[in-house]
Amino acid sequence: MELDGNALAGDLREVFAGDLTAAVFTCAGCGHAGAVATLRVFQPAPGLVGRCPSCEDVVLRLVRTPDRVFLCLSGATRLELSLDGE
Amino acid sequence: MGIISRGFGGRRRESSPDLPPGQYLTHDFPVLSAGPTPRIPLDRWQFSIITETGEKHTWNWDEFTALPADEFTVDIHCVTKWSKLGTTWKGVSLDTLMADVESAADYAMAHSFGGYTTNVPVEDLLDGKAWVAYEFDGEPLHPEHGGPARLLIPHLYFWKSAKWVNGLRMMPEDEPGFWEAAGYHMYGDPWSEQRYHGD
Repeated sequence: MELDGNALAGDLREVFAGDLTAAVFTCAGCGHAGAVATLRVFQPAPGLVGRCPSCEDVVLRLVRTPDRVFLCLSGATRLELSLDGE
Repeated sequence: MGIISRGFGGRRRESSPDLPPGQYLTHDFPVLSAGPTPRIPLDRWQFSIITETGEKHTWNWDEFTALPADEFTVDIHCVTKWSKLGTTWKGVSLDTLMADVESAADYAMAHSFGGYTTNVPVEDLLDGKAWVAYEFDGEPLHPEHGGPARLLIPHLYFWKSAKWVNGLRMMPEDEPGFWEAAGYHMYGDPWSEQRYHGD
């Protein structure tokens, strides 16, 4: 069976509705895994840049405009979230 | 260059004809950075242009600074809305660096020490519109402002003027660089307020 992206709605709401700083990223550059809260964030810049604390590669970029937000996760191979809220 | 107004500070709205829409004048030189500031020893510095066929042209620091250089005064416009008018630089024109480069590519990706990238149409690099600059205000370019050398494309938003630049890769098709992939505009004309994707 093939569905369209609407089938992701419930699961994605679970991922993106909460505090993501406790989520565990895996760095695409070096494979290091750690909480999003441990990323090194540099400012001021045209957006927020989160770098891996192990290899300094860029894990995520977040750009806010007056009416939109862009989240680029190309530097992460995975985000892992706990579903028990802890 | 137009008239440079002095004596104003802060975010006060100015009406200089040299100020693109949505910008405010600043007289200091804000430092924006998406990562740690790389410190590149001059004996390890090099600048390369790699064509779409793989041909590579490389200059070390001595070769680069022996090239004919321009001293020029330009206005710069950051996408975070500050503009600084009448900044004075010294650098090598891209016309000089590209003189012996055989390429039919319409786009280039600028690469920097530290991994930063930004995409630029080749026509915006040529005809006296862009430099690799290594002096600001008569002094060697400080690392926090992109030294030893940075790209300078003053007619585009300043994120296109890649700090710590170390090369250009010629590209037949346009590809997004570091900020362009994260929502910023592919071209970045300050006079058209091309800040974000879709502007």
